[in-house]
Amino acid sequence: MRAVELILALDPTVVEITARSLAIAVTSTAIATILVVPLGGLIHFHNFKGKRAVVNLIQTLYSLPTVTVGLVVFLLLARSGPLGSYGLLFTPGGMVIGQTILIAPIMTGLTIAALSGVGPAVRDTAVSLGASKFQAIFTIMREARAAMLAAILLGFGRALSEVGVAMMIGGNIRGYTRVLTTAIALETSRGDIEFSMALGIILVSISLIVNLLVNRVQGNWWA
Amino acid sequence: MKGRYLGISGLALILVLVCTAATADDEAIEGQESVLRISTTTSLYDTGLLDEMEEIFEGMYDVDVRTVSGGTGIAIERAVRGEADLILVHDVARERTFIEDGYGLSRTCFAYNYFIIVGPEDDPAGIAGMTPSEAMKTIMEEGMENPDEVRFVSRGDDSGTHAREKILWDRAGIDYEEVATPDNTWYVEAGQGMGPTLRMTDEMQGYTLCDTSTFAAYRTDLDLVPIIEEGDVLLNVYAAIPVSPAAFSETNCEMAADFVNYLVSDEGQDLIAEYGTETIGKPLFNPARGNCELIGCTGDECALTLAEDYCIQAEA
Repeated sequence: MRAVELILALDPTVVEITARSLAIAVTSTAIATILVVPLGGLIHFHNFKGKRAVVNLIQTLYSLPTVTVGLVVFLLLARSGPLGSYGLLFTPGGMVIGQTILIAPIMTGLTIAALSGVGPAVRDTAVSLGASKFQAIFTIMREARAAMLAAILLGFGRALSEVGVAMMIGGNIRGYTRVLTTAIALETSRGDIEFSMALGIILVSISLIVNLLVNRVQGNWWA
Repeated sequence: MKGRYLGISGLALILVLVCTAATADDEAIEGQESVLRISTTTSLYDTGLLDEMEEIFEGMYDVDVRTVSGGTGIAIERAVRGEADLILVHDVARERTFIEDGYGLSRTCFAYNYFIIVGPEDDPAGIAGMTPSEAMKTIMEEGMENPDEVRFVSRGDDSGTHAREKILWDRAGIDYEEVATPDNTWYVEAGQGMGPTLRMTDEMQGYTLCDTSTFAAYRTDLDLVPIIEEGDVLLNVYAAIPVSPAAFSETNCEMAADFVNYLVSDEGQDLIAEYGTETIGKPLFNPARGNCELIGCTGDECALTLAEDYCIQAEA
């Protein structure tokens, strides 16, 4: 089967598209992590009016449709839009912005859930042992690290597999913004099914690895 | 507990009902109407012309027209896989191959327009007034020198427009392989339809090859102007080809032939000649009728009605 051959022979186009997909998704996930882990912590450790509503809103945004994010970011980055002068539309940078917005809610929500999963006993123990507020927060975050890592991996998985933002903001430009999902969409309609399948196999394999890692960090390996 | 079971059974019942209704509906359609699957190039679809024709045609016959649009390469590929009864495309070389390979029956020209090279108003490559070949050459030279200033956005999707672009590079004496490499940052391969490619060109303030009809339909939204409009190589002819029942026995040849006959009928040709006058003030396409010689469609290809026994002959 040519699809498998393309992968095994490390076809330059297949490798290039895969590398670009990974680079863009990793960047989006890294930026999202830097932004949302502290944000999730902030929301979890503070009690304020409307906290429940904020958490509900974040959970609603889990299933934010990718094309809606694509549309909003398109309007922001278009030449006539507010950020048009930066020339980010149809660039990998623009895709990173879109994907970061796309995965931020699910990562924030799961971070909050991860922190909530740490029993109050941990905090009480830390405080009773003389920990400052900051040290107590740090202890809880350390306890929740597995679940938080799972949140990050899930965000990465969503960034890698989405097609709406990649197509609308990236524009599927060959050798520049063409990633696994948009290349599959183009090559399938163009009729190069074997090439699409090669990319599809890679995409599924990466998703599988990510999922195994999620299970692994959550401690139920093979479960 | 009892209430919960009731709820679940109720939900299941609704699901069953919805499914039954959906199947019944499907059967009703198949019982009465036939389906015509048209695989079309994007320009006919993006301009809205085909939508209008579809509506009129569905009023004339008891038929459900299902249109899928993609570049000519994609449109032909779908027909080769047996997913269409009729193709509407614009790349004469591939049309002939499609017929020679036994997938298509015959080619009927029904409309034409022109390709134009569009670009930013200030024309950074300075190609205004040149022939198409000189223009392509100059875009490449200027693009190599100033990739941030001068860009060419290509469809890059095997469409009819993409095929014509390759012919233009060839006429300019430039090897396409040397143009379409990722090293050339001035050359952008969109891999998308004409509409999205125009938007991308607008955003990048680059140049692109476009048919006059799609450009007219999108023009008000864009800061692009036609820069090169003259040259024999820019003529663009649309043809309809019914899929051969010998290649795919389930193809709806009769209805495909009826649609071709509608396209070349006085009514169809008049609609093509007028379409767009209302919305943009001038027609988007030109009818093939009366212009066969100009557009190089001679003999059987010249906007003629297909014979009554067209499909029967095709099967024999």
